[in-house]
Amino acid sequence: MMTIDAAGMHYKELNRLIREGIANGVKKFFIENVNGQYYIGDGIKGDDVVININGTPGNDLGAFMDGPTLTVNNNAQDNVGNTMNAGKIIINGDAGDVVGYGMRGGRIFIRGNAGYRVGIHMKGYNEQLPVIIIGGKVGSFFAEYMAGGVIVLLGLEDDDSDELDIDYFASGMHGGTIFIRKKIDFSKFSNEAELYEIDDKDADFLKEYLTDFANSFNISIEEIYKKPFYKIVPSSARPYAHLYTSA
Amino acid sequence: MTKSSFSNIQSEYLAVIDHNKCVRCKRCIQNCGWGTYSFGGDKILADHSKCAACGRCYTYCPEGAISIIKNPTVIRENANWQEPLVKNIWRQSETGGIVISGMGTTFKYKKYFDHILLDACQVTNPSIDPLREPMELRTYLGKKPSKLDLDFDEKGEPVLKTKMPPQIELQTPFVFGAMSYGSISLNAQKAMALAARALGIVMNTGEGGLHDDLVPFGKNIIVQVASGRFGVHRDYLNSGVAVEIKIGQGAKPGIGGHLPGEKIGIDISRTRMIPVGTDAISPAPHHDIYSIEDLRQLIYAIKEATEYEKPVSVKVAAVHNIAAIVSGIVRAGADIVYIDGYSGGTGAAPTVIRDHVGIPIELALAQVDERLREEGIRNEASIIAAGSIRSSADAVKAIALGADAVAIGTAALIVMGCHVCGKCNTGNCSWGITTQRPELVRRLDPEVYGERLYNLISAWSHEIQEVLGAMGVNSIESLRGSRERLRGIELTDAELKALGIKHAGL
Repeated sequence: MMTIDAAGMHYKELNRLIREGIANGVKKFFIENVNGQYYIGDGIKGDDVVININGTPGNDLGAFMDGPTLTVNNNAQDNVGNTMNAGKIIINGDAGDVVGYGMRGGRIFIRGNAGYRVGIHMKGYNEQLPVIIIGGKVGSFFAEYMAGGVIVLLGLEDDDSDELDIDYFASGMHGGTIFIRKKIDFSKFSNEAELYEIDDKDADFLKEYLTDFANSFNISIEEIYKKPFYKIVPSSARPYAHLYTSA
Repeated sequence: MTKSSFSNIQSEYLAVIDHNKCVRCKRCIQNCGWGTYSFGGDKILADHSKCAACGRCYTYCPEGAISIIKNPTVIRENANWQEPLVKNIWRQSETGGIVISGMGTTFKYKKYFDHILLDACQVTNPSIDPLREPMELRTYLGKKPSKLDLDFDEKGEPVLKTKMPPQIELQTPFVFGAMSYGSISLNAQKAMALAARALGIVMNTGEGGLHDDLVPFGKNIIVQVASGRFGVHRDYLNSGVAVEIKIGQGAKPGIGGHLPGEKIGIDISRTRMIPVGTDAISPAPHHDIYSIEDLRQLIYAIKEATEYEKPVSVKVAAVHNIAAIVSGIVRAGADIVYIDGYSGGTGAAPTVIRDHVGIPIELALAQVDERLREEGIRNEASIIAAGSIRSSADAVKAIALGADAVAIGTAALIVMGCHVCGKCNTGNCSWGITTQRPELVRRLDPEVYGERLYNLISAWSHEIQEVLGAMGVNSIESLRGSRERLRGIELTDAELKALGIKHAGL
């Protein structure tokens, strides 16, 4: 176990200490007084490494990360899990813009809301299945160019309307699945994806992840299941195939 | 709209077979990737409409029985309504599609390299004979410190105190330009990897991930990160000598990459880490980069992931405000800036973009070098110039205009047999370069073409040594940014000013 007091520390020093700790076999880190330091957990490896972050980490938390678990006991900022390959990020608050850009594996759980451009360019590959679950709301450009993986938007604090107040939802989506708890009229958002009711296979799949999410934040699973789930999947893996002609 | 099968577009070329010479060996049928030839029972038949004039068939015809000729049945000549324009109108009216082409622009824009002359020594400051005197071409790419601090050891010998930022060491100032596995075949990449290793230079993965077979070539590879993040992960970032963030490409500034799903087979899927058959879409905007500050964030995210041991390069297309853009990129922390001029190549680009967007590399380079010097930050980053470097002369002129090294893309493909037919996007390349069809890829032998690439770059390097000798300098460093050694010919005052050179005779 290693405790780092990050007060007044530059990110370069902080991340150097974390990398050094991992190289020396430290499995559990407590980082105190984090105040906006960028790149915490950037490019680190090790499935059994756990980092507890007290304070508010800066941008690119867990970028290029490959295995470890990061728990933030507060809000996070932009670019959480940028191009992350494996591991887990748990945020006990809100996240900023661009969550999980190009993410290829692992899980990101956000208790509260997230900003614009969540899950863009997300990709699945073989057994690598990236999953983002957001407890609250998201901003526009949600799941833009999504190419794989799973995003679950719970909207736990939402009212019962069937409206979703965002723009450019899933535009350019050509892979992956989005689950939401509203039967929205998806044609308003994108021609490239469609909304369906979930089947038993989807329900089984969701159960494992939702249970993990609920346990991570001490939310009752009943609360999550109060409303039915719907899924959004792309109409085509080749959305722009018809656009071109060869010279 | 229903599509009519009737087309106004007539064949551009005719594949003419001399049936007296033809021995019906059918080698042309095997060699043509376009399906031009078939056997009609007693003789070879040619479907001219499929011919790309790629030169494969007549190169491999043992009897010399094939001629590819321009279709003499031309569209009526008209200086205004030129043939390609008329044909594109037909093509688009028949399909409704954006016209896509491969390679660089075919437009006859002014080539500034051809209007720049090099200096040589006469009598005073004599020339140097490169055959018997050392001539240094070694080049280091990366940030250089603005000053050096020295310590002295107990013997009084100087010891460098300044920690040098990471550098790429090149034995000659050439790199292979970024071409992804997907846009070109794995064998084409292997040929470049073999040549790069033998030459002590580097190749670039492009945005297509790093195939397992290329991992052992890490010391001669720059890995690329673009908006689609294909195959990008921690170990990938650490597997080469540098990481390049791709923002733009000369053939298609402001336009991204798009490898169509039908080209994503098992092996490409594995390398790009995406499922088989899905489009690999890599839009021009990174969607997390909207400012110099955002670019800085990605540069340092990569530096953190590589523990500050790899230089980070940023590749941009040469566009109108390139000097200000590069100044921003350097201030964002890039160690290398790769500038790609408008005649650079591509695997596929909308023809309208390829032919009409961007500026020549010569002008971009001169302006960037000038601006960075004025701002006192020229040492902060190295510059790679690209965008159809066609000869050692182009390379020397680019370096004298301010580049640290030049990148070779199209020229490297020409080595492998490319006849610049510009149909890379179709995936039917008869030479096995821009195709994934196994029967076509197989014919490109990486060993053979690796050696030819080695020969070309060695020959160009020797030529550069000759030119340096004639100029009376014994190191490429001494020529870098030395525009006083250049003169313009047939250029206007505005052009000379943009290039920062005098007219010949002055």
